[in-house]
Amino acid sequence: MGDLATQRTPLYDEHRRLGARLVAFAGWDMPLHYGSQIEEHHAVRRSAGMFDVSHMTLVDVDGAGARDFLRRLLANDVDRLRQPGRALYSCMLNPAGGVVDDLIAYFLAPGQYRLVVNAATRDKDLAWMAQQAADFEVRVGERPELAMIAVQGPEARQHLLPLLPAALARAAEGLAPFTAVADQAWFLARTGYTGEDGFEIMLPAEEAVALWRQLEAAGVRPAGLGARDTLRLEAGMNLYGQDMTEDTTPLESGLAWTVAWDPAERDFIGRTALEAQRAAGLSRRLVGLVLAGRGVMRAHQPVFTASGEGVVTSGGFSPTLARSIALARVPAAGAEPGSDCSVEIRGRRLPARVVRPPFVRHGKALVAV
Amino acid sequence: MSEIPDNLRYSRSHEWVREEDGLLVVGITDHAQQQLGDMVYVELPEPGVHYAAGDACAVVESVKAASDVYAPVGGKVAAVNEALADSPELVNESPYGDGWILQLEADDAAALEGLLDAAAYAAFLEEGH
Repeated sequence: MGDLATQRTPLYDEHRRLGARLVAFAGWDMPLHYGSQIEEHHAVRRSAGMFDVSHMTLVDVDGAGARDFLRRLLANDVDRLRQPGRALYSCMLNPAGGVVDDLIAYFLAPGQYRLVVNAATRDKDLAWMAQQAADFEVRVGERPELAMIAVQGPEARQHLLPLLPAALARAAEGLAPFTAVADQAWFLARTGYTGEDGFEIMLPAEEAVALWRQLEAAGVRPAGLGARDTLRLEAGMNLYGQDMTEDTTPLESGLAWTVAWDPAERDFIGRTALEAQRAAGLSRRLVGLVLAGRGVMRAHQPVFTASGEGVVTSGGFSPTLARSIALARVPAAGAEPGSDCSVEIRGRRLPARVVRPPFVRHGKALVAV
Repeated sequence: MSEIPDNLRYSRSHEWVREEDGLLVVGITDHAQQQLGDMVYVELPEPGVHYAAGDACAVVESVKAASDVYAPVGGKVAAVNEALADSPELVNESPYGDGWILQLEADDAAALEGLLDAAAYAAFLEEGH
């Protein structure tokens, strides 16, 4: 608290005006909630909510070597992005296969990509990318002059599209999930971190307040980091630093689907370590848990399966399911969906069940409670 | 800013106490519920159980964390707010009213005098607690 280095996004005064409870997050003053985290969560599942995600780090990767650089840097393969505008989710690994960060990579044009990486790992990520970029003909540059607003929920589209510049609005009409379109300094992507339909808009910082106020006037509810966390947990999406770290691989983090093994000759950083782990077999896996009764699972609580002990990596109360849900790393033999386990919560072992995330998608519960 | 009614007594662990028909009604303060955020569970004690002053006698669990509620004075639990089992949000919506947590039969009615009055609790919060 009172950290001199704490940064404010272009929407900081809006958060104050809206009565946000502000918290320090990754060096930024960010809204935790604007009164009720649970109501904000429900707004995103049932209608539409908006998040200030300007703290996230936008990095443009340009140059003749951009493609080759990203094919070396990322465990997923940007060659899967056939047309400009396509996006993919990937981990950036260290040589041991540990996750340096997770990110979304957008293919803008040949030789032009944009990455969105976590705020908490900004310095580390930029240093790592700069180090790896040395061997490539590529420029890696942060875009701190851009703000970012995520508009999420089943009604996000109807509220957001009329507010966009005309050309962008037209392009947004037919925008498929996980694709993006740019119009001058604005960048619109049909992506998010909630398990709902929605968009993420990157735009010049000085234009962010106007869009935010128009969205508010249209009935889009401001939502804070608290709801962002429960929404992503229900959606079964990992949070870097909790569900995966430099000490865990994507294979142990439920992210095998993001590792592009083919073509076999693509030598991405961490590949050798991942191949060795795959060949040896996994000893632990990331699973979903649903608590049977009352109580709330929290990160770091021990999990007891028939095959040994694991740990909750993210836990909380699911407003949609009205139950506690969690992601947990458990011995691979105890990771079978449907199997029983228990979680130690405040000194008591409470029964829980292993499930396959996501827990909730597009407003619908995907697991039985 | 949080509400601090004049007619209540307060503990340094953010419980409030109100004397009512010879019993002491206990809840958590508006400040406490604001700090904790939306409540998702309240764990209530069994009526008849005795707690010494400062003992953990209930748990309020919010989206953010689980927190103990401490007995502001020593006494036996006379009643608990059963409505909280299904509606923990009452603690947020009405911390001094429908969101009360339990009633104590105090060992010593004079113990109430050892708690903070509204002005002292306000000053305590000002200090950053």
